[in-house]
Amino acid sequence: MSQILTGPLAVAGVSTILALVIAILDKFLNNYGDMEVSINSGKKKLTVKGGSPLLGTLAAEGIFVPSACGGRGSCGACKCKVLTDVGPHLPTELPYMIPKEIEQNIRLACQIKVRQNLEIELPEELFSIKKFKAKVESLKDLTYDIKELYLALEDQGIEFQAGQYLQLVVPPYGDITESTQRAYSMSSRPSDKKHVELLIRLVPGGIATTWVHKHLKQGDTVEVVGPFGEFQIHDTPATMICVAGGSGMAPFKSMLHHMHETGAFPEKEIWYFFGARTQKDIFYLDELSKLSSTWPRFHFVPALSEQPTPEEGWQGEVGLITDVLDRYLQGKIDKSKGFEGYLCGSPGMINACINVMKKNAMAEDKIYFDKFA
Amino acid sequence: MNAPDVSLLPLFLASILTSNILLANFLGTCSFISISKDFKSSMGLGLAVTMVIGICSAICWVVLNYLIKPLGIEYLSFIIFIIVIAGVVQMLEMIIDRFSPSLYMALGIFLPLITVNCAVLGVILFLQIRNYNFLQSVVFGFGSGAGWWLSIMLLAAIRTKLDKNNAIPAGLKGTGITLITIGFMAMAFIGFSGMIAVQ
Repeated sequence: MSQILTGPLAVAGVSTILALVIAILDKFLNNYGDMEVSINSGKKKLTVKGGSPLLGTLAAEGIFVPSACGGRGSCGACKCKVLTDVGPHLPTELPYMIPKEIEQNIRLACQIKVRQNLEIELPEELFSIKKFKAKVESLKDLTYDIKELYLALEDQGIEFQAGQYLQLVVPPYGDITESTQRAYSMSSRPSDKKHVELLIRLVPGGIATTWVHKHLKQGDTVEVVGPFGEFQIHDTPATMICVAGGSGMAPFKSMLHHMHETGAFPEKEIWYFFGARTQKDIFYLDELSKLSSTWPRFHFVPALSEQPTPEEGWQGEVGLITDVLDRYLQGKIDKSKGFEGYLCGSPGMINACINVMKKNAMAEDKIYFDKFA
Repeated sequence: MNAPDVSLLPLFLASILTSNILLANFLGTCSFISISKDFKSSMGLGLAVTMVIGICSAICWVVLNYLIKPLGIEYLSFIIFIIVIAGVVQMLEMIIDRFSPSLYMALGIFLPLITVNCAVLGVILFLQIRNYNFLQSVVFGFGSGAGWWLSIMLLAAIRTKLDKNNAIPAGLKGTGITLITIGFMAMAFIGFSGMIAVQ
C-alpha cells in the first residue's frame, strides 16, 4: 500500500517544489515596474505596468488597437509604429510584414512586450475607440442561419460612421477556454447611438458564431469594442454600386438607412445588388423593396442563383450575382456620373465582383470592400 | 555501492574530449545539427545546454540520493528526472527572456526543446548508473555540457567554412555533408579514448 503511495507522492512533491520556484521566479523576473508609453510624440502619455504585450497594455488603458484574433498573432491587424528600438522583428511578426513596414519599424502590438519606456505612433481615430457593455435586447432569426443581434449599449453610446464594424468579445464557453474577439459590421443607423445591430451568420465550427447562435440569450450582457474600419460612403457624386451576399447585408443596411434618414450625399444614386442561393437565404426583402419604391435614387436588385419553382412566385432576378451585375453595368445603369463599387461578403464573391467591375471599366481604386475571411 | 575512484580533473577532461556526450555517445544530435548552421546561435545554445546539464546534474544527484533511493522508487527515476529537467529549462528560459531577448529569439523553439535534448537525460542517467558522488556528478555534468558546447562550436565553424565552398556536390549540400563532417569529428574525438578512460 505504502509503495503505491510513495511513488506518486514523490513525483507530486518534486513537481510542486519546481512549480513553486518557477512561480516565485516569474514574479521576480517579470516585474518590470512602471513604464511610460508615449503615443504620437508625447500627445498622450501612459504610465503602465511593464512585462505584458503592448496590445493588452494599451487595451487596459482604454486604447483599442484593432485586432481580429484577440492577440494570438494570427491576424496581423494590430500593426503600429514603434519608434523605440525593441530589437529585431520576431519570427511571429514577419509573415505579416512587407519589407517597407520592417524598414519603418512597424510592429505587431500583440507580439512585442513593454519592457522599457516606449514611444509609439497610432492613428488618431483609435482614441475614439472604446469598450462598451451592452445588453442583448433581441436576438431574431432572419434566415435559417443568420441572426440579427440587437444590443442596447450602456453609458454614453457610440459615435460611428455607417459601414464601420465592432469587435464582439466572446467569453470562454464550453470547450473554449480563452476569450476571443470577432469583427462584425454594424447594420444599425449611426443616429441611434444607444443601440447597435449586428447580423451574424452561423459558421459551422466558428467560435463566435456558435456562441451567438447556440448560447447567447435575450437579456445577457456582452462586451463590444469599436468602432473600427474604413469601409464608408465616399463623398463624391458617383453612383454607388453595392454588392452583398448573406450577412454582408449589414454595412449596406446601415448606409442606406443613414442616407435615407438624413438625406446625406444627395447627389448619389444607389444600386444595391443582393445575392442569395434560394428564397430561404433572403431577408429584409419587403423592407428594402418598399424603400426602393418610395425613394427614387435607391434601386434594389435581389438575385437568386438557383432557379426558383414557379409556385414560389419570385419576381426578382435569377442568376449568379456576378452575371446579374454584369448585365446591369452594361446597359441598365446610367453611366454619366461614374461608378463607385462597394462590396461586402465572402472573399470569393468579392474577387469575382471586382473582376466584373474592372471588365466594365470601373477603376480599381474606386472599388471598396469588406472581406470576411 | 561506493563512488568510482576517479579524480575530478581527468573526469572533467574525459567528459569534454574522450567520452564527449555528442561525438562519442551520440546524444543530443537534433539541435546539434539544426542550430550549428549559425555560429552565434550555437554559442548561445551551447551555453544554455551547459547550464542546463550542469544544474540538472546537481539537482538530480540530490533528488536521486535523498529521495529516490531512500524511498526505493528507482522505477520512477526517469519521470522525476524529466520533470526536474523541464522545470530547470523553464526557469532558464525565463531568465534568458528577461536578460537577453535577442538570444531568446535566436534560440527560438530550441530553447524549450532542451527539455527533450537526450544529452541532458543521458548525462543524468550516466551519473546514476556510474554511481558518482556529488562533486563527480557536477563536474561530469558541466564537463559533458562543455563538451557539447565545444562540439557544436566546432561544427558551426566548419559549416560556416563549408558554406563558402562551392566544390561540394549538390546532392551532399546541407545535411548530407554535415553528417559526414560529424562522422569525421567523432573519429577524431574517439581517437583519444585510450588516453583517459572513464567508466
